[in-house]
Amino acid sequence: MSSTTNHNRADQAMEAEIEELPPLRSRPIAASLILMFGTVALVFGIALSVSFGAVHMSLSTVWSAVFAFNPDITHHQIIQEIRLPRVLASALVGAAFAVAGALMQGITRNPMADSGILGLNAGAALVLALCFALVPGLSYNMILLLCFIGASIGAVIVFGISAVSRGGFTPVRLVLAGSAVSSLLYALSEGIALHFKIGQDLAFWFAGGVANVKWEQLKTITPWVIVAILAAIVISRSITLLSLGEEIAINLGQRTQLIRVIAVVIIVILAGSSVSVVGAVSFVGLIVPHITRYLVGVDYRWIIPCSAILGGLLVVLADLGARMINPPYEFPIGALIAMLGVPFFLYLARNERRGL
Amino acid sequence: MDMMNRFGIEERRRKRSMLVLSILGALIIITFIISMNTGYIRLSPLDVIKTLFGMGTDKQELILFDFRLPRIVISVLIGAGLAVSGCVLQGVSRNALADPGLLGINAGAGLAVILFVCFYPTTSTVPVFLLPLLALLGAGLTALLIYGLAHKKNEGVSPTSLILTGIAVAAGINAAMIVLTLTLSPEQYQFVATWIAGSIWGTTWKFVLALLPWIIVLLPYVIWKANLMNVLNLSEHTAAGLGAPIEAGRRKLMFAAVALAGSCVAVSGGIGFVGLIGPHLARTLVGPKHQQLLPASAMVGSLLVIVADTISRSMSSASIPTGVVVAVIGAPYFLYLLARAKN
Repeated sequence: MSSTTNHNRADQAMEAEIEELPPLRSRPIAASLILMFGTVALVFGIALSVSFGAVHMSLSTVWSAVFAFNPDITHHQIIQEIRLPRVLASALVGAAFAVAGALMQGITRNPMADSGILGLNAGAALVLALCFALVPGLSYNMILLLCFIGASIGAVIVFGISAVSRGGFTPVRLVLAGSAVSSLLYALSEGIALHFKIGQDLAFWFAGGVANVKWEQLKTITPWVIVAILAAIVISRSITLLSLGEEIAINLGQRTQLIRVIAVVIIVILAGSSVSVVGAVSFVGLIVPHITRYLVGVDYRWIIPCSAILGGLLVVLADLGARMINPPYEFPIGALIAMLGVPFFLYLARNERRGL
Repeated sequence: MDMMNRFGIEERRRKRSMLVLSILGALIIITFIISMNTGYIRLSPLDVIKTLFGMGTDKQELILFDFRLPRIVISVLIGAGLAVSGCVLQGVSRNALADPGLLGINAGAGLAVILFVCFYPTTSTVPVFLLPLLALLGAGLTALLIYGLAHKKNEGVSPTSLILTGIAVAAGINAAMIVLTLTLSPEQYQFVATWIAGSIWGTTWKFVLALLPWIIVLLPYVIWKANLMNVLNLSEHTAAGLGAPIEAGRRKLMFAAVALAGSCVAVSGGIGFVGLIGPHLARTLVGPKHQQLLPASAMVGSLLVIVADTISRSMSSASIPTGVVVAVIGAPYFLYLLARAKN
């Protein structure tokens, strides 16, 4: 008797939930347009960003420096050695953060989630604080490597704790473990920073910037990021189903745990390498997927590639802006991204009827 | 049969929560006493008791009544206030990640403090009440801004738009803070960073008096509204069907949560983490019913902050803020509970 009433109640609750949701839509045409024009805009943005700097260069110089490189021309050298790597890095990092954020929001079904919640940013911050406090004067490459290791350790702790728990691995548990581990690691790095009085240096480093990126680092992270983005596109169909809810995904024959594990590995590769290169600009990973979802609908097969393009575009433009505001000084890129993104995000929040 | 069964479960849960609440209460009292013994100058428990009954030396009285006691009382109050505020916001937004930061309280207060430090450079001679007042003002204005932006004419404020707006505004404020930070001198930065990490700032009886009315009025009010919160946790339609005045109720509860957290953050700096884990810890102890959850949250929060503050005071270097200790002791325990919990 009691079980039937429970069932009825559950059914009613389910129906009420379903009624609450507006119809789910995907907009393939809008998505294709974004992919096309977004790519064009991205290429143009990269060219524009490369041409701007202490020495202004025409777009044709940029063109010839890339396709007919002549080591005797100073301008060509500046472009090849200084500007191109940083601009390409910002595009890559933007794409990586945006895709990581989209995956994160898809598997956790939480609009507040981004890659930072896996403990990545906090792990990197702690390692950075330790580096600055204990062994000052490390080489840039070494710091990057250690940051990546720190980010991965943060993610492994978060993921490990949510996976070994008795009730099994659930999105809520992942999110909660993530915010607790992040708070812990941040608190430790705050303590170190206050004790050694290195807070301001840390804040500046971590506020983000691509100024020091060279070909060497770019070559190291590019293959990883590209493979990870492709992998994200491969599992995007399953992510869409997961984002509809655990039961629906299982009923449709998804192996939800496996998908989540794969997604988390992809996120660690994408966001971990990006955090170590530019610092915590993970706000990109939070807003770009929301913006993309608003434009192209709920299908992750479109959300992921479009997020990659829009994320890359946003960071390239932000980097350009960061150099234009107060030359020759650079504005912290993380702060600029937030300032660009916030008004738009607010507008979306007003119009969004469904969180995910 | 069903009814009987449920009644039995209900009864058992109530008994269990009474037990949990009494244990928490006892722990708070014990920590309170230990806390009075610890500090730069150690007082033995006997000395403390003597002094409390007016039989201590002048020096002991000075240490106990003018330095330690107000600070300990304040820790208890802010722990309770922040945890209850977090509990209310988690219920109202139906999001497990919500804490007082959701309504931009930490961000707003932090920005007010940074602005103050930028324009009033000598931090050594700050009028005592000015900084908390500014922080409260910043927190209140930010919450108002978020609420206003998330509000829609005919629909009121939905949890989703509240969360998204909160994220956006907090991110904007944090960006502004980073930019302002870069203009500060190292000493100013150190001051601001300590404030943001959460060090109990106001440690005199005046601050206790300033904080007490908020807690005394708002805590009982929120607990009185516990039933409404239980209903709000159901789906929107169910809640409306049960006749709950959703929009008005939500607004009142949020207002109470902001006032609680804002007044606490003003004295304590950004100890936001208590607001996140306090309610979760309490939920694992007494279950999801707000009649028991709210008092339990308050006590867990108090215990956490008072323990953290005792530890931070007993460490030789006084430079570790309480907020850092709260996270360092709170997070592992929370993670342990998370790993153990079945659902």
